[in-house]
Amino acid sequence: MTNPTESVLALKVHDLHKRFGEVEVLKGVHLDAHVGDVISMLGASGSGKSTFLRCINLLETPDSGSITVQGETIEMTVDRSGSPVPTDMDQVIRLRARLGMVFQSFNLWQHMTVLENVTEALVHVLKMSKTEAHERGCETLDKVGMLDRKDYYPAHISGGQQQRAAIARALAMEPDVMLFDEPTSALDPELVGEVLKVMRTLADEGRTMIVVTHEIGFARDVSNKVIFLHEGAIETQGPPAEMFDNPASPRFRQFLANALH
Amino acid sequence: MADTERTFFEYLVYVSENHSPLDFMLVADHIDKFFYGALLTIEITVLALFIGGVMAIPLAIARAYRHRWLNAPIFGFTYFFRGTPLLVQTYLVYYGLAQFDFVRESFLWDPVLSSPWWCALITFSLNTAAYTTEFLRGAIENTAKGEIEAARACGMSPARVMRRIVLPSAFRRALPAYSNEVIFMLHSSVVLSTITLQDILGVGRWLNGRYYLAYEGFITAMLFYMALVFLISKGFRVWEKHWLGHLRARTAVEN
Repeated sequence: MTNPTESVLALKVHDLHKRFGEVEVLKGVHLDAHVGDVISMLGASGSGKSTFLRCINLLETPDSGSITVQGETIEMTVDRSGSPVPTDMDQVIRLRARLGMVFQSFNLWQHMTVLENVTEALVHVLKMSKTEAHERGCETLDKVGMLDRKDYYPAHISGGQQQRAAIARALAMEPDVMLFDEPTSALDPELVGEVLKVMRTLADEGRTMIVVTHEIGFARDVSNKVIFLHEGAIETQGPPAEMFDNPASPRFRQFLANALH
Repeated sequence: MADTERTFFEYLVYVSENHSPLDFMLVADHIDKFFYGALLTIEITVLALFIGGVMAIPLAIARAYRHRWLNAPIFGFTYFFRGTPLLVQTYLVYYGLAQFDFVRESFLWDPVLSSPWWCALITFSLNTAAYTTEFLRGAIENTAKGEIEAARACGMSPARVMRRIVLPSAFRRALPAYSNEVIFMLHSSVVLSTITLQDILGVGRWLNGRYYLAYEGFITAMLFYMALVFLISKGFRVWEKHWLGHLRARTAVEN
């Protein structure tokens, strides 16, 4: 590892397993994210990359393994039926507020304006005052270039604008780690650029990001580490230069060949 | 003609009594009764909608999330109240409960169950609660899964997700159905007149019984109901405009 100091690990995932019925979706996945890391996760659909991301903030409950955010490990136990559950739901809720998540389908709250979407959790989770939240909300929207759309409802703006608003919603919380779940996959091709541009800005600011994506260009240019998942396990990983210029794994080579054509 | 010697007012009375299809003067003489009737109609309808609406929220949540013990009894409740006529339900409470000695002797008898006003309020509240529960349940169940996930992902507790995201969104989507429920409830409130209460229709029936003039009482009552429905739909239109902006067709967005 480039940085051996455990204390600066923003996120540590250890030996994560998850199965849906008979299918083992994750077969022991590890991930170490240092502060400022931008990690791209690539893989064919069904490789488990989205599930992995959703396990990190417990939108899916992993079967085993551990997740540690800034040194704090999510404690797990089993319920009466033997299924794994978090020991302390309050801990999960608290940690989720420190893991900003951006979804493939934006998932903005349709009945709120763009600005209300951004300030909602600031007021009701972080307990900011309304004026403070309004200020932070406007600043954040300005950063993603959405300030002039702050009073629009999500249904009245384009997909790219919705995704930028959703990024602002996650970003305004000042999370330790931002999780992106295929943020550009639902967008028309001409709208992908504006979202990637915002994400690039965030990466340049030194934010810790885990990005599940199909955008090879983004993975190569922006991230400092690439993980390639194949059937629920890490097939290969490394810095992008190494990974893309000289792919060691034949499966990754195949994946790249398919992705580029 | 003798008409010329009458005052204008006397002339109106004469025309109204002898030529007009409706005896307007008779209606005018009793118009205050209709307004009191309208007050009773509005009072019971509004109170029942309020009580029923407040009841419906927890019931709808329990139904939507298939609460282990509560779901079946609540379904039984809504099935019964939606499956039988309000008139019959009201008779059961007003005439039926009085059959039982223990009811007549209970502390509830004197102020509550012996009074038609209370019996109507209880029955109407339960009835509208049943209807509201079911369409609110539908609206809760139809809340976009992604929106709930986003709320959980940013650190909201289940109760907060319900209060801040699911219910506000469901209420908005249920609003058009609710405006129908309000109008139906107003129309159903004519049941009041069958248990001795002088609501709008009650006054109309009284007028008919006293003067044997059906049109005067019933057409006036209809006009009162129409006026109330007009006000209700107007009110809901304003409310929807204010609350459902996000569901309006996308207006041209300059890019």
